[in-house]
Amino acid sequence: MSGNSNETMSLNLKVWRQKNAKDKGEMVDYKLDGVSPDMSFLEMMDTLNTKLVKEKGDSIAFDHDCREGICGMCSMMINGQAHGPESETTTCQLHMRKFKSGDTIVVEPWRAKAFPVLKDLIVDRGAFDEIIAAGGFVNVNTGNPEDANSILIGQENAELAMDAAACIGCGACVASCKNASAMLFVSAKISQLALLPQGEVESVARTQAMVAKMDELGFGNCTNEAECEAQCPKGIKIENIARMNREWFKGALFGRK
Amino acid sequence: MTQQNIQVKKLDGKVPSGPIQDRWKTHKFNMKLVNPANKRKYSVIIVGTGLAGASAAATLAELGYNVTTFCIQDSPRRAHSIAAQGGINAAKNYPNDGDSIYRLFYDTVKGGDYRARESNVFRLAEVANNIIDQCVAQGVPFAREYGGTLSNRSFGGAQVSRTFYARGQTGQQLLLGAYSAMMKEVHNGKIKSYTRREMVELVMVEGKARGVVVRNVVTGEFEKYSADAVILATGGYGNVYYLSTNAKASNASAAFRAYKKGAYFANPCYTQIHPTCIPVSGDHQSKLTLMSESLRNDGRVWVPKIKGDKRAPAQIPEEERDYYLERIYPSFGNLVPRDVASRNAKLQCDAGFGVSATGKAVFLDFATAIKREGVEKIKAKYGNLFEMYQRITDQNPYETPMMIYPAIHYTMGGLWVDYNLMSNIPGLFVLGEANFSDHGANRLGASALMQGLADGYFVIPYTIGNYFASEKFSKVETNHPEFEKAFTDSKNKFNQLLSINGTKTVDEYHRALGHIMWENVGMGRNEAGLKKAISEIQTLRADFWKNVKVSGSNVDINTELEKAGRVADFLEIGELMALDALLRKESCGGHFREESQTPENEALRDDANFCHVAAWEYNGDGVLPTRHIEELTFETVKLTQRSYK
Repeated sequence: MSGNSNETMSLNLKVWRQKNAKDKGEMVDYKLDGVSPDMSFLEMMDTLNTKLVKEKGDSIAFDHDCREGICGMCSMMINGQAHGPESETTTCQLHMRKFKSGDTIVVEPWRAKAFPVLKDLIVDRGAFDEIIAAGGFVNVNTGNPEDANSILIGQENAELAMDAAACIGCGACVASCKNASAMLFVSAKISQLALLPQGEVESVARTQAMVAKMDELGFGNCTNEAECEAQCPKGIKIENIARMNREWFKGALFGRK
Repeated sequence: MTQQNIQVKKLDGKVPSGPIQDRWKTHKFNMKLVNPANKRKYSVIIVGTGLAGASAAATLAELGYNVTTFCIQDSPRRAHSIAAQGGINAAKNYPNDGDSIYRLFYDTVKGGDYRARESNVFRLAEVANNIIDQCVAQGVPFAREYGGTLSNRSFGGAQVSRTFYARGQTGQQLLLGAYSAMMKEVHNGKIKSYTRREMVELVMVEGKARGVVVRNVVTGEFEKYSADAVILATGGYGNVYYLSTNAKASNASAAFRAYKKGAYFANPCYTQIHPTCIPVSGDHQSKLTLMSESLRNDGRVWVPKIKGDKRAPAQIPEEERDYYLERIYPSFGNLVPRDVASRNAKLQCDAGFGVSATGKAVFLDFATAIKREGVEKIKAKYGNLFEMYQRITDQNPYETPMMIYPAIHYTMGGLWVDYNLMSNIPGLFVLGEANFSDHGANRLGASALMQGLADGYFVIPYTIGNYFASEKFSKVETNHPEFEKAFTDSKNKFNQLLSINGTKTVDEYHRALGHIMWENVGMGRNEAGLKKAISEIQTLRADFWKNVKVSGSNVDINTELEKAGRVADFLEIGELMALDALLRKESCGGHFREESQTPENEALRDDANFCHVAAWEYNGDGVLPTRHIEELTFETVKLTQRSYK
């Protein structure tokens, strides 16, 4: 659909290959011709995989699912940037028109102690589920809650909560942080719920539980580099980390839960 | 295929009697209960953790049942419900525009072209209001007005504003709500959640569903799990078409495995083709992206009045544009139901009025809305959708109209269930898109989220209790011979796929199948095309089992092997869809038989012969399945020719 769809590109790819969690792994070079600028980055990887399978090789394993930027499954470090060079864009929504023919592209998995590599570009992000299970919810059972409009929420707080809730849990924040900190992810959930009356009640206890779990799972600390914010595909703001710290200090200072 | 003489059954949907508005209440009272202390003695397996699966898991665990969940992704939060954009319906009547439970029920029955069970639809409309309350209580950040109350917008097939939304990410927010409720129960020890697992067999013992065999896609190992009941909430089969708006891992295998164990598959030909998707750009395309139906609130659909007009849209003057939906359907205009909007786009393109290089697109124009409301207001409503469109197409929809074309989006057909959402196999329950129950032959926008959550939060907790309290359960361990057999069968099937070692990739077969389906079992269907599709699929399937190339091994992650297992099932279900479409000689909703249309090219139903559900029973490979029927009766809404004019 773009003006140059008839021209194709040739790329030099350097891709991380690792058989399984125990394998040491290495970078492998591939040359790929006939790449259309209208392809998404993942469609370019599909094309490479078709070529590998035809040539009796093992296809490159990578995580992907919805391919419309919302499921949070895709997770590639492209030329050292989480989800590649385009801001606020997931790998599946990155298109090859952002690259030039002849480019060398380095593709690696997320690197973090808490996200071990399972194969090639696939990592285990189960730690994020564990953090949510530690407290990322409102303690309310299914039943007969009051009418939805009996809880009034000002538009400003509703919008701020939605900004934080837009996190897709992809882990780019962890991968882009030199300390492999999960603060942006954790603070987004804490913020969403702290900003709403439904979640405010448990906010301090929730923060304590989630932060403790995050530390236990081997995520690093925040040293205010803000790389997480710069590379987040959904534009989650580090203000959320400040809000999380406030909730945490409430507990630390006043011994409140 | 050979014909087998199996007695056709009249299926009983076990619908309660009495006035429609009292049926669910009465039924809830009449159902048996499991005492709170006894609930911990029962276990439930839930396959799939989208809206239906996650909400069911959370709710059943809260009640005290022991729940085990399986999902294919690396986290339950990533199920494809997450991609739903526009919203969720409920008849709260907050805007005071005349909505009611009865109107939501009526619109849904009519929208489904009178091919859904009235009682199920009424129940759906009835519990929809509770869903909104429940989601707000969980902290779902719905859009709000300045005064703090909830906002609504309009969707197709309705003349009231009843759709609740969270920007263009409603599915994401509702799923994260259900997921967080589920994780709360993981924390409480009542749910064990297994990720990166794919169900490969349903296990039945003494005629009851008692467990599953799953494949751990990380290790390649097969694992056996037993329980007192199995719930499938595994979504639809839209990926039969290869190109669809479904996620890449969305598949029909769990439902199809159950079909092969005797569960009836109902109305497989009912597929929804969504009118507003980004058109196909080339052969490399791996999936299609939906542009939310909510855009039709402000976007106007048009084509040039001159065939093959290659001028840029801005160069085409107002009087040379045909706003065909507004012209043909003055009362609903751009907000006609999806099947009607899709079919009209196809008619325009087939007649040569289509735009874009391929001629397979129509315009969706926001110029009028931008002039009326200003760019900022439009940005606030649809900003993320416009950005997504621009990222994919490299065109700016604030300046030039979007180009859209219909694509496969949802499947109304699915495993047959009774009013209790139980299939014909005792103990096998089916929720959400995976069942056939509530949308008839066409689903209205913002109703999928409603149904998934209704089934999971408010229906299954009652009906599964009734099942447990009514039956006796012997203890079944995973060393039972039925488990051993399912385990060995699964292993053999995957080893066979690896051993073929042919020349064509799995994707090549999938694309070929998709092409057959789209051309012959797509927006317009006819006898000759459907017969051709059946024969072509049979040939393709035979070739697949001789010539597919699956690289890698059965240990560690093997994404090619995962795809191969799913495509093997798609190659069978595609044929079943074509067969069902062939025998349903009427048009209804999304199933448009070209032989059955009104003079104005609208779907023409044949109520005398087809006012029923077709539910297919598997009789073995290479043998024709049996078409059972469930008669549909319309006591409340009168059967009429659907009109949106």
